[in-house]
Amino acid sequence: MRRWITESFVLVVAAVVAFPLFWMVLSAFKPEDEIISADPVPWTTRPTLDSFTRALTVANFGRYFMNSIIVALIVVALSILISFLAATALTRFRFRSRTTLLVMLLVVQMVPVEALTVPLFFLMRSVGDSVPVFGLNHLGSLVLVHLAFSLPFAIWMLRGFVAAVPVELEEAATLDGASRFRFLWQVLFPLVAPGLVATSVLSFIHAWNDFLFAKTFIISAVENQTLPLALQVFVKPDQNDWGAIMAGSTLMTIPVLIFFVLVQRRLVSGLAGAVKG
Amino acid sequence: MTAKGQGRTAFAYLAPALLVLAGLLAYPIYQLVLISLYDYGQEQVSGGAPLEFLGLGNYQELLGNQQFWGVLGQTVAFAAVCVVGTLLVGAFLAILATRVRTWVRMTLFLAALGAWSTPAVAGSTIWLFLFDANFGFVNEVLGIQGFSWTFDKWTAFGLVAAQVIWCSFPFVMVTLYAGIKAIPGEVLEAAALDGASAFRTAWSVTLPLLRPIILVVTIQSIIWDFKVFTQIYVMTGGGGIAGRNLVLNVYAYQQAFAASEYGLGAAIGVVMTVLLLGITMFYLRALRRSGEVL
Repeated sequence: MRRWITESFVLVVAAVVAFPLFWMVLSAFKPEDEIISADPVPWTTRPTLDSFTRALTVANFGRYFMNSIIVALIVVALSILISFLAATALTRFRFRSRTTLLVMLLVVQMVPVEALTVPLFFLMRSVGDSVPVFGLNHLGSLVLVHLAFSLPFAIWMLRGFVAAVPVELEEAATLDGASRFRFLWQVLFPLVAPGLVATSVLSFIHAWNDFLFAKTFIISAVENQTLPLALQVFVKPDQNDWGAIMAGSTLMTIPVLIFFVLVQRRLVSGLAGAVKG
Repeated sequence: MTAKGQGRTAFAYLAPALLVLAGLLAYPIYQLVLISLYDYGQEQVSGGAPLEFLGLGNYQELLGNQQFWGVLGQTVAFAAVCVVGTLLVGAFLAILATRVRTWVRMTLFLAALGAWSTPAVAGSTIWLFLFDANFGFVNEVLGIQGFSWTFDKWTAFGLVAAQVIWCSFPFVMVTLYAGIKAIPGEVLEAAALDGASAFRTAWSVTLPLLRPIILVVTIQSIIWDFKVFTQIYVMTGGGGIAGRNLVLNVYAYQQAFAASEYGLGAAIGVVMTVLLLGITMFYLRALRRSGEVL
């Protein structure tokens, strides 16, 4: 009897928590007159793709979607490469400044990256003078900052995965005549792949969700905006196109949702592992 | 391999990472402090006017500014409400999750996963739409059409806080749930055999065992909620009417990029960083005292 009450309560909570997402998807499929009706109802009898069409054509959402994908994927690829090498160095080798580097990696994660908008803005401005692709108004600037922000955590988390691979394996590979390079990419890399998946999902989500840096760096080049900014195009005082906004939000949320569901188990254990160090 | 050879290979592997981190994290941190010591405005940035070294002038201006103290107070209060709300909701649901059947729990976790994964910008706009004065579902249900949640300072803050709690309680819930599940059954059985009541078991056995995890999620929440930017910016339109919904992060952004007071914006950034580092230090000490090995 008591469990029955608890379970109903939990289900009601789950419904409330899921409601905003349900409302988003529903509104994306509602025809326009139902969205701006004074009596909104939690269902629709005439689902339509009008809002999606409007978002993708009028506001050019497809383009911004691609921009976001490009930035996030390049960040992920680079961060996999760089953090894998760094994590290997920090676990497989003993050298003098190793501990210092580890502590610094930990400390750097505590710095609120949002506070760095001002110096990074000027840094990107001067970088742009010599290498335009990485300067303001270009996607390269976003790639650079998100790469830098995702590296410390990625390296920190990968350490555990690299350390879990027995040293004997490397000795065996060397005995079999494998070069160091070959061991690195053909033996170690596949073995730490699960760890790489978890860290890259986090890097992807960081880059994908970023609003602050996209807003600061992409000032005038409308064609280089990313999704979070593009969503704001529809937000106008007193006459928001809610249908298109919800369609855009749906498009933006789906990739993250898929990623989250795919790696949720690993994410939680990975987070717990990272927290425990 | 010789020790020297090891070191050389290690640094070759580390080089790309060090290059990126030095150029895009360490150098900007140094620059942040440097800029905060100068009068760095529009004339200096684009007009080529000479830089004027102010020393701690920007900080003096901040500390003497009524608005700064107001914003600081708001930031702390807002973060406190979000943290307490997130922890209470997360802990409560984590406990409930241990007492229901698997399919009910999975339903709750799936819903929470959805809230967790929603990008902040999308989440903010969804909530704005739900609470829209005229077309929002919430006002329709409550029968208060035309009531604007974002107009009044406190309802606006409340709405943003609710959104922040919505998207951040899942982390607390999932982590605490994992923590509770990791407590060996024998410990709880022993307590029950010794005649401890359910409340007594929760208070004297479960809670102390969960302390390290609770500490971690608390500090993590403080760090996150102290620097909320997107939700405030999107939901209150850049900090509310006349900036009455500003928090430090948005304030720094507005000072730097809207008012072109880059020096002042950098100074606010430094203040924020110092405050957060202070909290982190406190956290590390607390961790060490509770016997946790880093």
